[in-house]
Amino acid sequence: MRKLHLLLFAVLLAFTAAQAAAQGVLRIGLVEDPDTLDPTLNRLATGRQPLTALCDKLFDVKPGDLALTPQLATGYEVAKDGRSVTVKLRTGVKFHDGETFDAAALAFNIKRHMTLPGSLRRTELSMVDHVDVVDPSDVRFVLNAPQANLLLYSLAERAGMMVAPQAAQQLGDRFGSQPVCAGEYRFVERVPQGRIVVEKFAGYWHAAHTAGDPDRIEYLPIGDSTVRLSSLRSGQIQIAERLTPTDLPQLAHDPRVKVVSAPDLGYHYIRYNSGNGPRAAIFRDVRVRHAVDLAIDRRVLVKALFNDQYQPGNQFVGPSSPYYDPAHPVPARDVAASRRLLQQAGVAHLTFTLLVPPERERQEAAQMIQAMLAEADITMKIETQEDAVMLQRARRGDFDAIFNFWSGRPHPDGNLYAQYSCNGPTNDSKFCDPAVDQVMVAAREATTDRERQRLYREVNAMLVPDYPSSVLWHRRTFTGVSAKLSGFVPHPDSTIRVKGLHLQP
Amino acid sequence: MIRFAAYVCRRLALALPAVLILSVLIFLLQRMLPGDPALALAGGENVDAQTLGELRHKYGLDLPVYVQYLHWVGGALHGYLGVSMRNDIGVTQLLVGKLGITLQLAFASMMLALAVGIPLGIVAATRCGRIADVLATAFALCGISVPHFWLGILLVLAFCVHLNWFPASGYVPFSEDPLRCAMGFVLPSIVLGTGIAGVLMRHMRSAMLDALSADYVRTARAKGLTETRVVLRHALRNALMPIVTLGAIEFGQLLAGAVLTEQVFSIPGFGKLMVDSVLNRDYQVVQGLVLVSSVMFLLVSLAADMLYFVINPRLRS
Repeated sequence: MRKLHLLLFAVLLAFTAAQAAAQGVLRIGLVEDPDTLDPTLNRLATGRQPLTALCDKLFDVKPGDLALTPQLATGYEVAKDGRSVTVKLRTGVKFHDGETFDAAALAFNIKRHMTLPGSLRRTELSMVDHVDVVDPSDVRFVLNAPQANLLLYSLAERAGMMVAPQAAQQLGDRFGSQPVCAGEYRFVERVPQGRIVVEKFAGYWHAAHTAGDPDRIEYLPIGDSTVRLSSLRSGQIQIAERLTPTDLPQLAHDPRVKVVSAPDLGYHYIRYNSGNGPRAAIFRDVRVRHAVDLAIDRRVLVKALFNDQYQPGNQFVGPSSPYYDPAHPVPARDVAASRRLLQQAGVAHLTFTLLVPPERERQEAAQMIQAMLAEADITMKIETQEDAVMLQRARRGDFDAIFNFWSGRPHPDGNLYAQYSCNGPTNDSKFCDPAVDQVMVAAREATTDRERQRLYREVNAMLVPDYPSSVLWHRRTFTGVSAKLSGFVPHPDSTIRVKGLHLQP
Repeated sequence: MIRFAAYVCRRLALALPAVLILSVLIFLLQRMLPGDPALALAGGENVDAQTLGELRHKYGLDLPVYVQYLHWVGGALHGYLGVSMRNDIGVTQLLVGKLGITLQLAFASMMLALAVGIPLGIVAATRCGRIADVLATAFALCGISVPHFWLGILLVLAFCVHLNWFPASGYVPFSEDPLRCAMGFVLPSIVLGTGIAGVLMRHMRSAMLDALSADYVRTARAKGLTETRVVLRHALRNALMPIVTLGAIEFGQLLAGAVLTEQVFSIPGFGKLMVDSVLNRDYQVVQGLVLVSSVMFLLVSLAADMLYFVINPRLRS
């Protein structure tokens, strides 16, 4: 009997110890399973979540005004002609394998981003000609065009994430499954579609200021938002990313969780095929595009579908952005004007097909838009296609209009150039206005914030009346957070910064 | 014994051409799907044509289809099923990691289904037309009709959010925490098991009713055997034959992955991987998954046939 008591006591002790140890574990519910954890090849927004904990960048952006803030770099200096940028690096930084981070490591990383087959960072660094190592803590980016500001913002995203050169060379194609970087957390294990586990790196350069952060983080892909929410409410996870506005009422009276939100850089839009192949015939005339735009009531969409939590929009940045052109506010719905425009364009009865992915938000919105357009005598057919097919058909010009989402970038160029310049790689509608191209290039090369702001407002002012797309709404990012977690600051890029998070026992 | 071994060898020999034909079908059907894998891999990123070309080259998508097939079959014969385009992990490694999870879920669900479905079927047949029969039939009907997704969400809300008895989602390896691992499988097994239990119960009831009206059962009763002995010793053994077939089919399907249940409970098994891989046009993973699932299905069928030998003396003679 005594032995039994001792055994029970031991089990209880082990259980208590396990519970105590588990207090240092932060579990984050993600909307999907991240793709490869190689910063050079990663593409999904979800992939940024574990990468942000694993791989520090040269710069980061501040949550409020999206201004640059140093991380692995301590500062920078742009040459007077704007054709080179000298970046000062932090000293005493170690990668997770003990290798030292210095100028040579940075040069290796940039070269890797630019030359690794299939790199998704190459276009982001297209302005870089080469990198000179000035000394162990200084590098000079020599540019082929005076686009220093664009480069610096690229270095505040995945292109600025530094990986350990030796590990990258040794692991080759397998690097993404065992990443070695210089972030606060080091990689432990990955069960594909199950979890990604990272633990605190003892040699982290900023360790003295991150002592209260969780010891271990587990990223759990939980695709269904209802289940993600249930996991949060039951205490199984402490952060649930990207809740939908319709989830919010359920959480209003639950003391176990809180919701934090911030304006999101992402936006939804309908893209018209105005110049790609034979199917561009329907929307080649700007008056037809304008007519469809006028028949859509953005405010009703946002109110009915998203509980008024998102922001109606009409430009490639939200109305609160300094790059938004206030001279072209979000238009009100005007069915009579829509009809008049179609008459002027000589279109007796407009019929077109909208490609929509099988995703709840866009499916519901498409149905509402269909009803709105019907009131303006416009017939819109909805064709549901999965993402892979949509992307292929968009590239081939096999569409009339397509319902897209863009996750947005801190620098407005990321929302515009690739998609709306005449030779932009993702300009699927082949919209082309050389005058717009000219201003976009000038904006890329602007040296002051004021000049940049003026030029991007000008770009917006030129694009709005051309209607290459109808931007419909800008999201807000809603993150569900356990009441036991403090220090969470939402970012407009929806990426969770784990620095400063504190989990109460 | 020699007859038995010959039977097994013959079945295995027949399975080989089936696997070969299957491999061709898997490969061709994948290639007939619309959508460019390289574009799907790059997603909506601002990538240029050069990058897309490099991605196609890296994964051999620029080779003629028959060359791609031969590469794949050649690799598969050596246990190499390619690399996932989505996360650069070897497909063999990926499947080995998930096989254990899928097997655990399948076994747990099947055990539950057998433990509930067979006794209920027996009770329903022996109490035919009485209240126990009605209740058992109603249970079976609910088990079959209720959508897994809906039942899963209800169970999560009741037992995870409100009662906090079980984890709402996710998977913990047995080696890490056996208790949490077991707790994580309770609700998914109930969701999957009730559906299969319903099917098994209906068939068990029907087979038992046939057996109970057979001459040999009447003879057994006439000999004065107890009702329990008649049911369990004589009728059940004969009634189990269709259940073995049905159980094997259901178990084989479980091994191919339970898509919706895995989705609701975020269990990283075959089903979830299959859906994600098809949507991402991750050819190598889909091919590997279908191949492994099919081979497992064939093995389960073989095991069921072998079980016939044990249960049915007529086959042995």
